[in-house]
Amino acid sequence: MSARVAVLAFPGSCDDRDALRAVELVGAEPVRVWHADSDLGGAAAVIVPGGFSYGDYLRPGALAALSPAMTAVRELAAAGGPVLGVCNGFQVLTEAGLLPGVLRPNAHLQFRCEDVGLRVQRESLWLPGLVAGDVIDIPVKHHDGCYFATPQQLEELDASGQVLLRYVRNPNGSIESIACITNAAGNVAGLMPHPEHAVDPLLGSADGRILLHGLLVQAAAGVPA
Amino acid sequence: MKVSVTVRPRAGILDPQGEALRRSLQGLGYAASDVRAGKVFDLELAATDEREALRLAAQIAERVLSNPLIEEFEVHAPEPVHA
Repeated sequence: MSARVAVLAFPGSCDDRDALRAVELVGAEPVRVWHADSDLGGAAAVIVPGGFSYGDYLRPGALAALSPAMTAVRELAAAGGPVLGVCNGFQVLTEAGLLPGVLRPNAHLQFRCEDVGLRVQRESLWLPGLVAGDVIDIPVKHHDGCYFATPQQLEELDASGQVLLRYVRNPNGSIESIACITNAAGNVAGLMPHPEHAVDPLLGSADGRILLHGLLVQAAAGVPA
Repeated sequence: MKVSVTVRPRAGILDPQGEALRRSLQGLGYAASDVRAGKVFDLELAATDEREALRLAAQIAERVLSNPLIEEFEVHAPEPVHA
């Protein structure tokens, strides 16, 4: 039986449909979960998609982090279930305290919409088949993607191997060119680039499927739904 | 009870918005050497006294209104308190 993957939808989310479709393309069963829902519909994994939840009011992701659906995501994450935050979803996960650091306005204050190269930092369940040094291509489209963490957080990220991907060419001013991190346990990951927009070679790249497969591998191994 | 919370970027944190403002001000001929952009929140809180209102506002500011990694906040009573 294929894994069930929840895709959250907040008022202002705009990449939830692409995420639902991408989940289907990699052979899993997508479930749309509205922000006011307090259960994940029996999903074994979660994608927090991109967009502008709550109009980016206050800080991107700040209000979404307080929603009932995120309480359910916290519970799944605490039980070891895989959670992937993309773009606004990455911002939501940092604001929710599930990932360290914060996403700030791009250092140059420009919106960026382009394919970016991402260099693999280490082998990981999130990146099946890839080894350190490999480069994958996935598009970014954001204004607030400048990753920031305190020196102490950066030390911790390094010490426990939580940086999975760095930008080959830093598009937003992210500290140490960090593009994708996990929590200390490894089951929660966030990145600004959009794997769900890179699932078909016709659109330039299918490298996004790698992270989605990583999500499914962990869903299969992890918490029972 | 009315309470105001001011949130501003921490010292040393790059503030691209303030920097863009600074450049615009310089373009207008103002000798602005530094601009930092923050936010002000006016809260109407149900509280028994001012002390309680300030305590609640500080809690809200820390949990929601600011991100302590990059921002600091101040809580203000509606009227200046005279000793």
